[in-house]
Amino acid sequence: MSAMTSPPKRKKPLFLSWLQLRKEPARLMVAIAGISFANLLMFLQMGFRGALFSSAVEFHDSLHGELVMLSRRSRALISLDRFTERRLYQALGAKGVQSVSPIYLNSIQWRNPENKEIWDIYAIGIHPEHDVINLPEVRAHQAKLREPDTALFNASSRREFGAIAQRFAQGETIQTEVDERLIQVRGLFRLSPTFGINAYLITSDVNFLRMAKFRTKGLIDVGVIQLEPGADVQQVLADLRSRLPDDVKVLTKEEYKNAEVAFWNASTPAGYTFDLGVVIAFIVGAVIVYQILYADVSDHLPEYATLKAIGFRDRYLLTVVFQEALILASLGFVPGVAISLGVYQITNLATSLPMAMDVGRIVFVFGLTNAMCTFSALMAVRKLQTVDPADIF
Amino acid sequence: MLTLTTTDVAIAVQNLNHYYGQGTLRKQVLCDINLTIRRGEIVIMTGPSGSGKTTLLSLMGCLRSAQEGQLSVLGEELVGADKERMTLVRRTIGYIFQAHNLLGFLTAYQNVEMALENHSVSAAEAAARIVEMLTAVGLEQRIHYYPHNLSGGQKQRVAIARALVGHPQLILADEPTAALDKQSGRDVVNLLQKLAREQQCTILLVTHDNRILDIADRIVYMEDGKLQNPLP
Repeated sequence: MSAMTSPPKRKKPLFLSWLQLRKEPARLMVAIAGISFANLLMFLQMGFRGALFSSAVEFHDSLHGELVMLSRRSRALISLDRFTERRLYQALGAKGVQSVSPIYLNSIQWRNPENKEIWDIYAIGIHPEHDVINLPEVRAHQAKLREPDTALFNASSRREFGAIAQRFAQGETIQTEVDERLIQVRGLFRLSPTFGINAYLITSDVNFLRMAKFRTKGLIDVGVIQLEPGADVQQVLADLRSRLPDDVKVLTKEEYKNAEVAFWNASTPAGYTFDLGVVIAFIVGAVIVYQILYADVSDHLPEYATLKAIGFRDRYLLTVVFQEALILASLGFVPGVAISLGVYQITNLATSLPMAMDVGRIVFVFGLTNAMCTFSALMAVRKLQTVDPADIF
Repeated sequence: MLTLTTTDVAIAVQNLNHYYGQGTLRKQVLCDINLTIRRGEIVIMTGPSGSGKTTLLSLMGCLRSAQEGQLSVLGEELVGADKERMTLVRRTIGYIFQAHNLLGFLTAYQNVEMALENHSVSAAEAAARIVEMLTAVGLEQRIHYYPHNLSGGQKQRVAIARALVGHPQLILADEPTAALDKQSGRDVVNLLQKLAREQQCTILLVTHDNRILDIADRIVYMEDGKLQNPLP
């Protein structure tokens, strides 16, 4: 060789793990299918969990105000208590508070105009002159709520309530009965159904009290507090907390949302159910991968013994098995994500739950998949210790 | 009597004993073995089944830990050698097993390539050596065949190519012809002999096969764990 040439390229090591997996396409397919399935289960459980939480706080998010006042005993939208609106007006005295707005909330009975069935709908009573719901459709149509017996209907409602949105969009006049009053739908807005609330209706406070006769004027469920521009939220919060009696609590919007999520997570079976679902999916996946790897290692024991006999270290064989596990994890993950996206879409169409995939979840499930496969490999390589190079002579 | 320096000696065995089992079940399988094999020598070891031939071979090949006595292979003392040292010595030995022991998921080429994984060779040299070796064993037409598409004799020839491609100084073969018909068996040992001569390596071959005894420079006979004809 001349001195001009660069040093010769080292031989590339054989990619033994992949060669071994590739040789048995049927087993490889089963492994990929199993891992995809486990991925799908994990994504679904996390999707439901995410939808549960994100749908649960859509109402909270839509409130136009920095602070929220609630009764001391309120826990969540489905576990409310009332308080007198005088407390809310007391808040106006605090420095930094610009305006306050009362909201009435209650389930009322909605009669499906198509089949006359009665379903509970979650009514939100707002002051029609107050800019309190931060949804463009509500802002556009809330002036119409000044008229008696009018309401805005949630276009994301489940179909049990009737095909209101479609018919309204086609220009039909929608009338139905709520507590023996004839109500007319004057507009649509969008709030996803939650695990506790099937559909929403927005109306004016006056109309609300007509529909929910059992409610008393002046006893409200949520008070929204808007601050002056540049006001220090924490300072106003501290001020309000010190000046108000402890039959009400004042929260920032963030705290209000967190409390709702915490309620679903900790005080209902929902959070636990989905967490357990993820764990089960992990175990199912790990068992599938373990079965595949164990069978693979067992089938190749004589070959591994040969490799040890011709001078390969144990570490080399361990690497092969772990590489196989990680290759399987990656190969199974791609269809797993694709199928999950499809099932999210279908679930969203079927239930209107906001099933959204995010990068964080993809990364997390990929991590879990790798952990699952590595764990399975750890189990499977115990079999490798039985390999004795002396067995092959 | 000849005086042998270590560089002339491939294998030196002195007072080697080996036992299987523990406690009351302990059974001696090798008794006071003494054997010296010079570099470049082809030695055949025969003897009845269960006489300890394979045990001795596996001790020399670092596939089992030597227990008692002295056993030096290619200048390395193996009694008391640790696992890592044994692994490294294995890399300098070419093994041919009774069953071909090829990796079923690798082609003939890749099987031979495996033997070079632990050697520092360039990509070009590796490719040249693998093809040269497979050509030498007459498989140039079947380089990229998988083992299950090869006959028994062809598989054994791939195994020989794998054993020789790393240019080992010692080849240990256990019944390399047992699974082969007469002609294939003859071809395989002729090939082994020819390639070994070209590469000047030492061969120790365990066999029951009387038809191949003629390739040996020397034949040693083992019975009941004892060598009957220990010295040259």
